[in-house]
Formats: sequence, structure tokens, C-alpha cells
Amino acid sequence: MIYFDNSATTQPTDGVISAMQRALRDGFFNPSAAYSPALNVENELNEVRRLIASTLSVKAERVIFTSGGTESDNLAVLGISRAARKPGRILYSAVEHPAVKAACKDAEFFSHKAEQIPVDSAGMVDLTALEKMLDESVLLICVMQVNNETGTVQPIDEIEKLRSRLSPEAVLHIDGVQGYLRSPISLKAFPRASYALSSHKLHGPKGEGALVIAEGVRCAPRQVGGGQEKDRRSGTENTSGIIGMGEAIKEMLADAGMHSRLLGIKKRLFELISSGVPEARLNGEDIESPAAAPHILNIAFPSVRSETLLHALEGEEIYVSMGSACSAHARKPSETLVAMGLSAEMASSSIRFSFGRLNTIDECEITADAVKRNYELLKRYQRR
Amino acid sequence: MREVLLAKFGEIYLKGLNRPFFMKMLMRRIRERVKDVCGEVYLSDSRIYMIDVKDMDECVRRVTRVFGVHSVSPAIEMEKDDFEKIKETASRMMDGVSGTFKVLARRSDKHYPIDSPEINAQLGERILMEHPQLKVDVKKPQNVLNVEIRDSALLYLKNIPAYGGMPVGTNGRATLLLSGGIDSPVAGWMIAKRGVKIDAVHFYSFPYTSERAKQKVIDLAKIISESCCGVRVHIVPFTDIQMQIHEKCMDEYTTILMRRYMMRIADRIAQKNGSQALITGESIGQVASQTIYALQTTNAVCSLPVFRPLIGFDKQEIIDIAVKIGTFETSSLPFEDCCTVFTPRHPATHPKLEKILECEEKLDSEALIQAAIDGVEVIET
Repeated sequence: MIYFDNSATTQPTDGVISAMQRALRDGFFNPSAAYSPALNVENELNEVRRLIASTLSVKAERVIFTSGGTESDNLAVLGISRAARKPGRILYSAVEHPAVKAACKDAEFFSHKAEQIPVDSAGMVDLTALEKMLDESVLLICVMQVNNETGTVQPIDEIEKLRSRLSPEAVLHIDGVQGYLRSPISLKAFPRASYALSSHKLHGPKGEGALVIAEGVRCAPRQVGGGQEKDRRSGTENTSGIIGMGEAIKEMLADAGMHSRLLGIKKRLFELISSGVPEARLNGEDIESPAAAPHILNIAFPSVRSETLLHALEGEEIYVSMGSACSAHARKPSETLVAMGLSAEMASSSIRFSFGRLNTIDECEITADAVKRNYELLKRYQRR
Repeated sequence: MREVLLAKFGEIYLKGLNRPFFMKMLMRRIRERVKDVCGEVYLSDSRIYMIDVKDMDECVRRVTRVFGVHSVSPAIEMEKDDFEKIKETASRMMDGVSGTFKVLARRSDKHYPIDSPEINAQLGERILMEHPQLKVDVKKPQNVLNVEIRDSALLYLKNIPAYGGMPVGTNGRATLLLSGGIDSPVAGWMIAKRGVKIDAVHFYSFPYTSERAKQKVIDLAKIISESCCGVRVHIVPFTDIQMQIHEKCMDEYTTILMRRYMMRIADRIAQKNGSQALITGESIGQVASQTIYALQTTNAVCSLPVFRPLIGFDKQEIIDIAVKIGTFETSSLPFEDCCTVFTPRHPATHPKLEKILECEEKLDSEALIQAAIDGVEVIET
């Protein structure tokens, strides 16, 4: 099996699995309970909190544990919208994940107005357009760190500069689900930011994530009850999930060569596919560009439906995706690729290869060979 | 006094000397379906009784889906000799009922001392006395309290319609071409309703259709399998045939050619599994391959009769049945038409047989059909 769909989810490592087993078996206590074994669990959770905080250069108390990326995005967008004192504008990039887009549209329920920020042909936020949209009526700006379909790294620093100059009260929400630990970021110089991350994209377990909210940013809870997470997100903590996430983060931080390895795989696979399939077109930033994340490669294969090529590769136990797995059941061309100016036909012919720590460079040759063979066969059977 | 579920049968009444065969099959089908939700199932005096029912709602749901059952009624069964007790029970059954009512008594025991009109009158009087909010309406009552005097007395308020039809296994076997769309499961269900045991054939075009599309077909077979008493699905690998047709034949004929190969393969599988007929979900003029001219050419390759129970139905009528039998939601999942690459933009609606034969000559039909049949995967549902 070759698993090149790491942006959909990743395989938990053995270290993560044993950390979780230990947490389930020995550390099953409710961290809010009064006795010392429970306190030990609470301490372990706080250790993970500190770890996440240190990776983003924020204080530990700014980290809220959630059930994953979607909840973190929802909590930020809807929590900030609900806590706003007056109606405002919410801006979101045209290539945001549905977890952000749908939340922004839902925030209109609180009398706000959601508006889309256009992107260029590489899927990068159009800064000139954004500059024109920003003013004091803006409440929230949502831009993802790394695009989940194309791997384009957004100019977050530039956006922050525009925000602080033109909309100083606005919050910048960064969806870091695809970017966290795979593309560098520090929130030190971001006084009004929130940042979402998810564990299962990091070889951790599903059902766990975190939201970081800068001090002073008002965010109403979406889930109320026992007052866990300092009243910001009630519900008994998913202790084994948090500990698994912590282990995954530790392992990723310890893997010093990860970035160059992922980039090596990406470059090699692109090189092999390009020479085997001259018709293949890269979607997103140029492969050498610093604005291209090392772990996502999106390629259009003209005349062959991505669904068919995906299943043909599946027949050889090579697993890839047609874009975002979360919207894989939608059966319409990717909104992200269409927003970048691709025709519906090209968008429906695009395949995303996404890499993780467990992939090796040897897998590129087998994959590129399978792509070439299947593409050549399938393109003969295109609709006339 | 005990609670029972009463089932009435429909068309079997019309049977003559072979009625016991149909009854035996109906009893077998009911027993198979309810064995884990009730105790004994027996026939007495033209009624099927289910006693010691553990879960009445589930038992009702299952029995109403057994072909051959006309309707069911959860009933109170009691001694018929204590008429005072019958009156009291009848009145208790009307607790919480509002609107109009009538009592409808039937007396198959003609020696019973009180005749039906008198039972109606006495029970009605007692009910009215204890439930002043109720009114009698003998013509169009909102509630009917049925009282049957047989070996015992049976009282019931509800008569829940079942699917009707004939018990599966009383009318031979047929093979259904099951696509995953809305029509074919309905067609299979309709023929099974006439007592026919169903097998299914599905044409699988990996990688143009996926494992999920296959799963959808298996799920559909499972849904109809409840009433059809198990459906065996034959998954036929069809990609090679589609590719050959696409490569060698003229575009507007690809759909009709594909249909002819599907019919040929289904016909062979059907004969091998002992079917006496094929079933399709075709309806005249619904799509290009279902014009009367196209049907003539696809029908021509079959040796078995082809049943098309939906032939005169509008799409909405088919959807209505799909909703009723519970297949619509699954049929509407978006995994079906992945092989649009093989659908010509302008398919022939008046295909000519000589042109079809000309195309087929370019293909090694026998080898292709045999390879497809050799690759069949069988799934029991």
C-alpha cells in the first residue's frame, strides 16, 4: 500500500498508539476530579497545552482543547461573532475549508455580513483586493495557513500587517489544520489572532484538536456545561486523545529532517509524473516557491476524470484524493480550484497527493509509474 | 385474555385446490421473519395468529412486509363466553380515542347466543355510556372497533395494510438487472411481490465506478431482500466490454450495444441459476436505451422472457414506490453514474439492427461475455 492522502488523515504512529493505550488504561481518571491520580492526568494535559503553546510562541492558557479542526474553526468564527458588540463584516478567503466557510455564513445569524476575499490563479489571497475590503467595520478575517487542496501557503504576515493598519480591532483567524508544524508560523507578533489545529493530520488520533485565542479576544463558548477549559469549551476532556496528540507533536518536532524529506518526495513525484505524463499540470504555487507547502501536490490530468484515475490507482493500492476528503461526497468540481480560475473540466481532472512522515521517496517511482500507465489507458476512453 | 397479532391474507383466498401450498409457504415466510420477535405463529379459522409477541411494533413492521399478507391487527384475544367481560374490554380499548366510531361485529360461530347487530348495539351502548366524548357514525366512522367471534373473541381497533401479493417462492425465479438507480430495485420488488424469488445481476465498471457504488448496490439488495427473502447479487466485471465498445463501435450506438451485452450476460447467468425470466426497470421512453425501438433490439438477444413491470410508469410513480419500499434514499446517493464517459452525447433513439450487428462483428463477443461471466463475484444479502 502507498498512502499519499495524508491531508485527509494520517496513520497514527506506534508511539501515539502506546501513549493512548497507557492514557486509557492507567490514566482514565476525570482530570477535574479531586484526588491525586486525577491531578496527574490534569498535569499531563497541561503539559500538552504547554507544548502546543511553545510551538506557536503563545502562553499555555491561550490553548483550548477541542474535538478537532472543524470544532476549532467553528468555535473561533461563531464564538467571536457571537461575542461581538455590534454587527460587523466577516471576510474569508475563497479557498477556505468548508468548516470555516460554512461557519462564516452561519455567523450572518448574528447580524454580521460574510464576504469572500478573492484569490489569484495559485490560490493565494489577493492582497490588493483585501486591502480595499478592510476597514473598521471588519470584525473577523479568516485565512488558512496552508490550503488543504493545493498546499499554497498564504501570506499571513502581510495579511496581519494590513489588519493592524486598517482594521486594528478585527481578529485574524488562521486555520492551521494543514499548516501546523509543516509550515513555520509564530503567533508572537499576532496580538489579535486565533489559530486552529487538528491532531489526526499529525499522525495523532481523530477527534482531537486545539484552538489558540490571543489574549483580549472575546470569544463566546459554543458548548456550555461543566466549565472545562476555563469556561471556553465545556465537556470532560478527551484525555487519551490529548495525550495522543501531544505524543504526535513531540515526534514531529523530534523529526528534524521531516521538512526536507517531504519536499524531496514532492519534488521527486512531480518530476516523475511530469516526465511520464507531459499533459499533467500543476495546480497551485510553483514547486520551488517558498509559498508551496512541502506535503501537498495537486496535479490536473486533462481528459481523465479524477474519480476514475483515483479508483484506477486504488486498484493498485495507491491511495490519493480528488481534493478535500471532507467534501469528497459532493460530486462537484472543487470550489478552491474553480476559485483559482480552473475550468470545471480541469478541476474535475485534478488529483491531490499529500505526504506524511511515514512516506518514503521509493514510493514516488511506483506511484508515478502507476499514474502514467493508468492515465495513458484511461485517456483513450474519454467522452467524445 | 392476551395480546396477539392477527394477520389476514389476501389473494390466496382466490386459490382453489392448491391453496394449502400457498398457505404453507406464507406461514413459512412469516415464521422466518418473526422468529426472534414473537413466540408461536399458527393458522386458525382463516386467520394467522402470532402470540407471545415481544416487540409489537417491530413484529407489525416485519409482517406487513411479507408478501401474501393483506393486513395486520394487534388484537385482544379473550374467552367469548363472558360477554360482560367483552363489553368491559371493548370500552377500555376506547380509552383515549376521540371522534366518531362504530362497532363492527362478525360472528363465524353461528351458535353464539348474541347475533352481530346485537353485539354492535350492546358494545356501542356501553362505550357511549363510559365515553361521552365519542359519537357513533355507522357510515364514515373515524374509528372502527372490530369484534370477531370465532373459537374465541377477538377485538381490535387498527387494521394496518400490508404489501399484499403472493408469498415468495410460490411463483418461480427471475433474475433482476440491478443498477443502483431508482427504477431497478422497484422493478425487482414488484415481481417478487407476485411470489417470484429474485436473483440480481450488477454490472461493475471499476475504475469508472467505485467500491462505494458496488456497496450501494449491495445495500439496495439488502433493503429489498427483507421482502424478497434474500437476494443473491452477481457482480459482473464489465469494464473490458465497455472499453472495447467505446474503442471499436460508433458513438451513438455505444449505449444500445452495452445494453445488449448486459442482457446477454444476465440471460446466461439467469439460465444457470434456474431463473425462468429476466427483470429490468425499463420504462418506455425514459432514456435513449428505453425507446420502444431500443427495447426491441435489446429484447432480441434474450432467450428468456423479460419482465418490465415499470414499462408504463412515469418517473414520479416509480419514485413514490421507491419511497414506500425504502430504496429511494440509497438509490439517490451520488455514486451511480461514474461511467458517464461511456455515455454518448447523442445516443441513437431509433437504432437499426443491421448497424448494431455490424458493430458487434468487430468485437469478440463470445470471449468477452465468457470472461465477464468467469469473473462474477457472488454476494448473498
